[in-house]
Amino acid sequence: MGMIVGLAVQGAQMLLVLALAPLLIGYTRKLKSRLLRRQGPPLLQPYRDLAKMIRKEVVLAENASWLFRLAPYAIFACTWVAAALVPTFATGLMFSWTADLIAITALLGSARFFLALAGMDIGTSFGGIGSSREAMFASLAEPAMILIVFTVSLIAGSTQLSEIAAFSLTHAQLRVSLGLALFGLMIVAIAENGRIPVDNPATHLELTMVHEAMILEYSGRHLAVIEFAAALKILLYVSLIACIFAPWGLAASEASLFAFAAGVALYVGKVWIVSSVLVLFETSIAKMRVFRVPEFLGVALMLGFLGILLRFVSGSL
Amino acid sequence: MSNLSFDFAHLLAGGLVLVSFMLLYQDRMRGLINTFALHAIILSLSVSWQAWAQSAPHLFITALIALVFKAIVIPISLQRIIARLDIHRSVDIIGGIGATMLLGIGLVALSMVVMLRATEFADPLAREDLAFALSVVLLGLLMMATRRNAIGQVIGFMSLENGLILAAAGA
Repeated sequence: MGMIVGLAVQGAQMLLVLALAPLLIGYTRKLKSRLLRRQGPPLLQPYRDLAKMIRKEVVLAENASWLFRLAPYAIFACTWVAAALVPTFATGLMFSWTADLIAITALLGSARFFLALAGMDIGTSFGGIGSSREAMFASLAEPAMILIVFTVSLIAGSTQLSEIAAFSLTHAQLRVSLGLALFGLMIVAIAENGRIPVDNPATHLELTMVHEAMILEYSGRHLAVIEFAAALKILLYVSLIACIFAPWGLAASEASLFAFAAGVALYVGKVWIVSSVLVLFETSIAKMRVFRVPEFLGVALMLGFLGILLRFVSGSL
Repeated sequence: MSNLSFDFAHLLAGGLVLVSFMLLYQDRMRGLINTFALHAIILSLSVSWQAWAQSAPHLFITALIALVFKAIVIPISLQRIIARLDIHRSVDIIGGIGATMLLGIGLVALSMVVMLRATEFADPLAREDLAFALSVVLLGLLMMATRRNAIGQVIGFMSLENGLILAAAGA
């Protein structure tokens, strides 16, 4: 019985992130437009876009290899598994023993690897420049992410997300290292998802673009899958921030149905708050030059480093 | 002193160190001055928290002075000077931002080690606060050393002074 419930909860969680990801994109676009005094597309527009793209025919370049056709599915699979491992509304998930922060970072890293390869596969210069920039940012963003993971796991004593969440629930404390990790994680999330100070998600025609340059040659269902994976990735980072820094309301593994429902409602509320903050930040800032991005990511790296340092120093008191 | 008030004081002092790093990171005049105003606001929050936690009402006056002068009057007048002299473009930083940040981390590590060794028998709240305050002071010195123009150096000096006030209020 316990196993059936566990499987059901894990399945519900996987479907929840899948269902919520396009809505998150729709909400950020809508709120951004409203803040700029525009009407904005309807909230459900991303779902319609995905449905439209899935129906459309795929146009492939003549020299596209098998890698080009395989990459969208590999990216989607890696991102979906990573997103499903982050506890959203319940902690004791079926696969929570694999929900290791390092594993999640590695999954995202493999998704990025496929994306960069696909960008270079056709051989257009634009895709190549996108891939090279993505690799440049990743070489700073990933160490920063790992340092932040180390900070958090040094405090909680585990790299497993459900244990970290349980720890921050029972040992509610304001810690400087955790604050530094939060700032660092937000910078990494902005850079990894190509949001505004780093990349502009709304354009296709800027010479500074990164993510859109890599997927320029994709069309039809391939494009739909890649866009879906991008939406899942941003939801993953939002859930990660909510799970580590605001784990209130996460249901335990053998909770009642009501506790699960409350967990889902609270989770949606947390996603709403974090994404609103993201949009407010995006509308109040201008995009930075590409060559300033390493400095921006260097700050995240430094915050992670400082967090570990502080943790060690105050731990040795 | 209860655990929460300790944590909150610790967080505010850590926030001040963080904003000192933001000052080092800024390469535009206006951003630099706005960040300095934020530095002063966090300082005044931190001092008023200490005033409340230690029930020392005279510290509220210090917090008020920090808020009025350092967060409002000085930033506004500096902005005016910049507008009049038309020097709002970039600030040149000796050695680049990355190297400066690394040096800054080294200074924070140094001040942690020195302070925690030197004050072994003191009150734990005061110890950590002093360590943070020393890092703010050293970061201010670093900023004065790495900026070429006068306004950057003035802001470095004033952030150093903020560190001294933090030390005085915490101890």
